[in-house]
Amino acid sequence: MFDPKGFFWFFGVIAMVSALLCITRRSPIASALWLVVTLFSIAALFVLLDAQFIAVLQVLVYAGAIMVLFLFVIMLLNLGRPGPSDIKGPLGLGVAVLLGAAMLFLLKPLGSATLPTAIQLPAGSVAALQQQRGIVGSVANPLFDAYLIPFEIASVLLLAAIVGAVVLAKRKL
Amino acid sequence: MRLDPAVSHDLLLTLLPELVLTGWSLVLLLFVAWRHQTTRDLRLTGWLTFVALVSTAIATWWLWWNRASVQGTVSMVAADDFRWVADWIFLGAGALTVLVSFGYLERERLLAPEYYVLLVFGVLGMMVMAAGADLMVIFLGLELMSVAVYVLTGFDRRRARSAEAALKYFLLGAFASGFLLYGIALVYGATGTTNLGLIGTQVGALEASRSSVMLLAGLALLIVGFGFKIAAVPFHMWAPDVYDGAPTPVTGFMATGVKAAAFAALFRVLNQAFGTLTTWHDIVWWLAVVTMIGGNVFALSQRSVKRMLAYSSVAHAGYLLVAVSAGGSPATSAFLVYAIAYTLMTVGAFAILQAKGRAGESDVTIDDLSGLATRHPWLSFGLAVCMLSLLGFPGTAGFIGKWYILIAALSAGQNVLAAILVLTSVVSAGYYLPVIMAMYMKPEPDETAHLDVRLDRWGRTAVAAVVLGLLLFGVWPNRLFDLARSAGGSVQPSSTSTAVSPP
Repeated sequence: MFDPKGFFWFFGVIAMVSALLCITRRSPIASALWLVVTLFSIAALFVLLDAQFIAVLQVLVYAGAIMVLFLFVIMLLNLGRPGPSDIKGPLGLGVAVLLGAAMLFLLKPLGSATLPTAIQLPAGSVAALQQQRGIVGSVANPLFDAYLIPFEIASVLLLAAIVGAVVLAKRKL
Repeated sequence: MRLDPAVSHDLLLTLLPELVLTGWSLVLLLFVAWRHQTTRDLRLTGWLTFVALVSTAIATWWLWWNRASVQGTVSMVAADDFRWVADWIFLGAGALTVLVSFGYLERERLLAPEYYVLLVFGVLGMMVMAAGADLMVIFLGLELMSVAVYVLTGFDRRRARSAEAALKYFLLGAFASGFLLYGIALVYGATGTTNLGLIGTQVGALEASRSSVMLLAGLALLIVGFGFKIAAVPFHMWAPDVYDGAPTPVTGFMATGVKAAAFAALFRVLNQAFGTLTTWHDIVWWLAVVTMIGGNVFALSQRSVKRMLAYSSVAHAGYLLVAVSAGGSPATSAFLVYAIAYTLMTVGAFAILQAKGRAGESDVTIDDLSGLATRHPWLSFGLAVCMLSLLGFPGTAGFIGKWYILIAALSAGQNVLAAILVLTSVVSAGYYLPVIMAMYMKPEPDETAHLDVRLDRWGRTAVAAVVLGLLLFGVWPNRLFDLARSAGGSVQPSSTSTAVSPP
């Protein structure tokens, strides 16, 4: 029996725990590998939302390409050795836990929030849309139609980031 | 001129200023790829950038003249007077920065013409932010602006302080972007849309229901994200170090353009999407109080002029937050008037500071300015006008801006805020006036003390324009008021109720 809620909790807990491990490990390699686990479980959550195409992209681009880049950079800069921890002593740990708990407490009311009925899609409408346009088409059509302007701004943003990276990193301008 | 964003011709017209500037940025990039060897190429790039900014301002003016507006509420970008006036502020800040950068880049041997390309990208991001009628567009504009400014901060690669400032700004900025994105996600979760107009039509109905928790949490996180960019007090820790470490023309650009853009987006988000909600007035009220008090008190204890100006810009964010907290169209007009005055006086002050300083100017203290008036009467006069305007002295544009904010706050019933504004302005005399006293009343320590003070022709032109503008708007603000009033009225919660369709 397929139980989406059970799957959600399974992958949700994995994502949270590995994200925590990612920021608490001292070795950069271990952190990067735990980040891969987080990204994979988020891809699984996308599948539960009927967004298979996004899930595949998540694995290909984030868990695949970007993580390989991370590992290469760590290797090339010779950062493999574990550095000092960012959390200083038991006092620092206590403050971190306290602040984290306060944040969770503040987010607790969100659990009681309900989605307004006006925006909830009827069951099966996403599947029907994918039947009609295809899994890629139901992402691509809005991307180049309703969201054309943000899409184009993102291209300028990437160009600016490239120029900036060259300016900061090139040995001789 | 009514523009329908569904028709591609109209859509392109709506985005005309942004398209012109994007085209120019590509031309500049190509030009820079060929010509990046000599100082002459650097100057040429600078002038091309100046022409780019002026032509974009003309495109904006054309749309304003034809009264361009967008049909319907569902549009990614707005076309209203608020956007045009905000665009002129960003373009003006950019153009003044170009003028004061000529001499600075050559003196500090920062011979990389990419500086100007990044400046153009920064202005482009600001214009996108002011234009955005959708949280996604606003976020992308914010990132575009931030990426350009992060790099400009670290542009002086030989100095460790510049690199440190850039890294600090980048890390904290990325963290703040996370807050902003989380806020956008929660607002989307509560309303099912990122369009400001559509959010506005639902907010009233949502307030009573249980999903308002998610909406309010999203709103709070949005305010945190914007609070970082405008350097409001609990989120201001980065400002002094970053302003201090960045090259001085970039500091002027950051203190004016970045701040004005974040405020413009904040005004649009709060008034257009959350205009019917009352909760955020209290949040911003407290933010304004601590920012005004904190910024002014910290500024009192600074000896370095650059750090003093950094804290003073925190204090000015507090004055602008008073206008945000008052809300409504008079407050939006007051923001525009104040932003114009603030842009002029801050760019002017940093331009004159760069004339005095060497190697980053972090070492220029107020005492270093002793007796500057006897050696350089005109520069001293310019700095004095900027300081008096920052203080809000009658006869300068700073006074008009503060007065307009006070009127807006009082008419919104925010008497306590208005009182705190006046009191903290009095405190600010404690750090603006010593600069003037040092220049005019203290003797020169020795004959050679001010031999190194030099501002090139274009820097002097920029300072002269700033001083003229400050004095002109100070005694004759009528046209400015008319412009701001029509622009302020254009940002309002959408009254037309439309059916909501999830994308």
